[in-house]
Amino acid sequence: MSGSGTDRKRVVVTGIGVVSPLAVGAELTWKRLINSQSGIGPITQFDASDLPARIAGEVPAGPTEEGGLTLSDWVPVKEQKKMDRFIHLGLAAGIQAVEDSGWKPESEEDRCATGVMIGSGIGGLKTIYDNSLAVAAGKARRLSPFFIPSSLINLTAGHLSIRYGFKGPNHAVVTACASGTHAIGDASRLIQHGDAKVMVAGGAESAICELGIAGFCSARALSTSFNDSPTTASRPWDRQRDGFVMGEGAGVVVLEEYEHAKRRGAKIYGEVVGYGLSGDAYHITAPAENHEGAFRAMQAALKDARVSPAEIGYVNAHGTSTMADDLELGAVERLFGDAAAGTSMSSTKSAIGHLLGAAGAVEAIFCLQAMRDGILPPTLNLDEPSSESAMDRIPHKAKEQQVDVALSNSFGFGGTNASLVLKRFRG
Amino acid sequence: MSNEIADKVKKIVVEHLGVEESQVKPDASFIDDLGADSLDTVELVMAFEEAFSVEIPEDAAEKIATVNDAIEYITKQKAA
Repeated sequence: MSGSGTDRKRVVVTGIGVVSPLAVGAELTWKRLINSQSGIGPITQFDASDLPARIAGEVPAGPTEEGGLTLSDWVPVKEQKKMDRFIHLGLAAGIQAVEDSGWKPESEEDRCATGVMIGSGIGGLKTIYDNSLAVAAGKARRLSPFFIPSSLINLTAGHLSIRYGFKGPNHAVVTACASGTHAIGDASRLIQHGDAKVMVAGGAESAICELGIAGFCSARALSTSFNDSPTTASRPWDRQRDGFVMGEGAGVVVLEEYEHAKRRGAKIYGEVVGYGLSGDAYHITAPAENHEGAFRAMQAALKDARVSPAEIGYVNAHGTSTMADDLELGAVERLFGDAAAGTSMSSTKSAIGHLLGAAGAVEAIFCLQAMRDGILPPTLNLDEPSSESAMDRIPHKAKEQQVDVALSNSFGFGGTNASLVLKRFRG
Repeated sequence: MSNEIADKVKKIVVEHLGVEESQVKPDASFIDDLGADSLDTVELVMAFEEAFSVEIPEDAAEKIATVNDAIEYITKQKAA
C-alpha cells in the first residue's frame, strides 16, 4: 500500500512541538534532557498521600519564556473549560509544531491537503472522573454540555484543525502507550498514499489524576520505592527498577511530502523512512515471551526503511523502567546480532517518565534532535544494569556521536507494538 | 431586586462567555453579539438555574436569546 517501488513518496519532518515534564518547548526540553535534568517530582495535581505511588512527571507551571505552562498563551480562557488537560497540552505542542513549520495554507486546495492525527492512550480521565462524581451526587441533569467533547480522544485533532482550518484527514490513534508512534507512522502512510500532503501528527496525555495513578498502581505498573527521591525513580535497565513513573505531556510533528516541503523551502529536521507494526496475541499487560512482538515490529520497520541494523546508530528504547526492559534489550540484540556492539540505546523515560500515548511522539522528536545535533541523550539512574549488553546504554550523561539513522520503539497494553526508523536529512 | 438580578446575570455572562462587561448590553444576543455557540447557551442557562435557584424548562430556555430575555424571565420567576 505504501509502495515498495522507487516511486514511494518521501515524508519529512518540518515542524516539532513538545510539552514535557522538563519544559514547554521542544528545544528547552531537549537542552535540559541532554543536560541530565529530571522532570520527576512529587505529585501536586491532587493529594496522593494515600497511594503507593506519589511521584510523577508533571508539566511545570510558569512563564512561557522560562519553559513553564501558561495556558492562556496557548488556549483562550473562554475555551479552556471546554477541554480536558490532555487537550490543553496537545494544543500547546501542536501550535508549536505548526508555527515552527511555517505552513499556513491559504487556498482551499492546500487546506484540504493538510490533516491532523493526534492520539492519546487514555483521554480525558480526570474530566470523566469529575463528572462521574457529579452524577453520583444526583446532578446528572447538571453536567456541563462540554463534558463529552472535553473527554474525547480525537478532540485534540479536532481543535487543532478548527484553529488552523486544516480540512484534510482528521484522525486519532488509540493504542495505549504506542499511540504517539502509531500516529506518526500512520500519518506518514497517509502522505505516502496520497491522502494528504501535510499531516500534523503526534500524541497527548495527561492522566496524573487520582483515578489514573490509582488504576496503574492496582495494575502493579508504577514505581513505589522512590517516593522520597523522585528523580531516581525512573531507572530503565537498572537492577533496582520497580515500575514506571507516570509522566504527562505531548509531542507533535508536522509531516510533509518531501517535494512539497522542498518547493516552499521548509526547514527539514529529518525523514520518516520506516514504520513497523505488530501484535503480541499474548497477554493484556505483559509482553510476549522474549518480546517477540517487539522484535517483529522493529524488523518490519527496518525492512520498510530498507536499512540494515548496522546502519542504525541510535535506538530510543521503549524502556519504561519495568521488568520488560531486559526483554526489549534481548529483542534488539537478537535483531541486531553483531551490529549491536556498534549501536547505542537509551531510554529518555528516565528523565521525563512515561508519557503513555504521548511517549512515542516525544521520543521520535528526541531522535530527530539527536541526529541534528550529534548528541545522544542519556539513560539517567542506570547505576547497575541487571543484564549485560554490548550496546552502550548511555548511562547518566549524554554523549557526542553523529548518527544518521535512528530507531524508536513503543509498546502498549493489549500487546500492540510500533517502531519508527528516522533518518538525518541531507539535502 | 431586579437590579440585583440584572447585575448577577451580567456577571454570569461575563464569566461564562469571556466577554467584557461593557459588551453585555440589555439587547445583546448571546449568539450574535457575544460569541456564544449552542453549547455555550446550554451552559449559560444551567448557570442561571444554579445561581437563582430557578428551573428553566427547555422551551423557555430556547426563547432566552438576549441578556434582557434572561433578566426578564428570572425576574418573573422570582416574583411568582
